[in-house]
Amino acid sequence: MRKAVVPLLAIAGLIFMTAPIIIVRAPYESTMGLVQKVFYFHMPPAMLMLVSAIFCGILSGVFLVKRRPVYDWMAYAAAELTVLYGAMAMVTGPLWARKAWGVWWVWDPRLTLSLLMWMVFVSYLLLRRYGGPGSEILAAGLALFGMATSPFVYLSVNIWRTIHPLTSVVPTLPVDFAFPLWYAFTGFLVLYIALMLLRMSVEQQRAMLDQLYLESEE
Amino acid sequence: MKIIYQSLFLLMNAALLAQPGQSEFKPVTEIPASEQLPSAPLVIAAYAFVWLAFLAYVWVIWRKLGKVEQDLNALSAQVMKKRP
Repeated sequence: MRKAVVPLLAIAGLIFMTAPIIIVRAPYESTMGLVQKVFYFHMPPAMLMLVSAIFCGILSGVFLVKRRPVYDWMAYAAAELTVLYGAMAMVTGPLWARKAWGVWWVWDPRLTLSLLMWMVFVSYLLLRRYGGPGSEILAAGLALFGMATSPFVYLSVNIWRTIHPLTSVVPTLPVDFAFPLWYAFTGFLVLYIALMLLRMSVEQQRAMLDQLYLESEE
Repeated sequence: MKIIYQSLFLLMNAALLAQPGQSEFKPVTEIPASEQLPSAPLVIAAYAFVWLAFLAYVWVIWRKLGKVEQDLNALSAQVMKKRP
């Protein structure tokens, strides 16, 4: 598992180093100008935050049914990555909004729901860190709740009145905007997979350590 | 005390009266450059944050992995010693 991490990290590093060149060459958006370029580093982590939340929820559900530790390790890793990618979206978004909307933050449905979902996964991590034995089961339940909020986050811009761009923006992007976006998205995705594998190997090693402790005590 | 306040009030009014009033408002089609919020620092800050967050996370995970592996090696050596 860990053998794949280094090449994946190298690929992601290469994409991240070349992405700014491609992004700089992309055309300016007519109303937002230069600041719209934050989009290429805002939308991919935001989208992967949602995907990761769903992934974490599904794995937690499977763990609750089957009780195999491997599903728990994966869910734990996915929850951490949901928080990491969510933090990126939460920081890059206000930097973009400050110029585009004139404010750092508005209590818009998309922003508010994203923050709530992010806080659910922060709670998951806090529960895992300080919850003691059995916290993985409680946390799995929390992850299901977190997953349930993700469709609302995605559809919020279409359901409620909002100043956030709609979901129709990405599928209708001209090629000049779409290519840098999906290039950057690939980098974020490759890095997600690499970090997931790395994080899982930590949990795997920890499980082996616990097993050895038990053996040494016997 | 009342006299002091009154004197201060009169002094402040005198200072305000001394400034020339704006006689007209001039229209401009664009906000002056000094008033515009520059985009470049916001874009750079966004990109820098993403880079720093990734580097910090990779560093934390790598450290955790190193620590667990160290503990694992130490404990396996201990267990091997105990075995007859």
